Amino acid sequence: MSVPIEFYLILSAFMFFTGVAGVLTRRNAIVVFMSIELMLNSANLTLVTFSSFIGNSIGQVFVFFVMTVAAAEAAVGLAIIIALFRNKQTVNIDEINILKW
Amino acid sequence: MNLEIILFIIFSSIAAASSVLMITRRDAVISALFLVLNFAALAGIYLILNAQFIAVVQIIVYAGAIMVLFLFVVMLLRPENEKKIFEANSKVKIFSFVIAGVVLIQLAYLILKSNPASDVSPDLARSISAGTVESIGMELYTNYILPVEAAGFLLLAATIGALVLAKKKFKEKDSSKG
Repeated sequence: MSVPIEFYLILSAFMFFTGVAGVLTRRNAIVVFMSIELMLNSANLTLVTFSSFIGNSIGQVFVFFVMTVAAAEAAVGLAIIIALFRNKQTVNIDEINILKW
Repeated sequence: MNLEIILFIIFSSIAAASSVLMITRRDAVISALFLVLNFAALAGIYLILNAQFIAVVQIIVYAGAIMVLFLFVVMLLRPENEKKIFEANSKVKIFSFVIAGVVLIQLAYLILKSNPASDVSPDLARSISAGTVESIGMELYTNYILPVEAAGFLLLAATIGALVLAKKKFKEKDSSKG
């Protein structure tokens, strides 16, 4: 416990920043999904940090559920990307605009 | 400088560098591999934080299962025009980096201003006992049994949903029936 808690939180904030930047700048739908996973992981890091520093395991239980939801989200999201690729032959999110009016 | 600080510096710099490299590489396969490196470094940080169970699950579930799924899909689809995909409008790119930077500055300001170290009193023995499989399993199967069942149901629904979404439609007639 010799590393201050702020260091972990700043690392988590930086990883969230790169995740947000990745979602906004990248045009490949799969890389956008990977950036979302990065943001989920930075939130996990914050939860584990506080859980460990407080000495309470509830935060790590919550991380377990976040991982479950992330696995489900990745499976469904990648299936959607495969279905989109089958219909439009692209994963570029600028060209996937069927919901645009 | 004790071992904990040295390990934290190593793992955190690997995590930060690999996350930046992940969003700047053109090839989606290389991005996925840097994300695996990032998850492995995070597992090391979880071990520094005495969260053994979460570190192991991070390696098995994230670096093992989810990233294999991602790599599989990337290699299956092989997005043809990577170069075109990467070259977005530079104005949009600058704007999105500004937005992300605002988020980072807000978070950093909150973290440094709120002084979280004053609210927590690190206790090594309690921290170690909180991260063991025993205590997490005790919480999961007593107080959190209903969320565990809900998570299992969610995984079942996600499995069926992924199968239905990615299923190959053999005939056009069948797809019109639904």
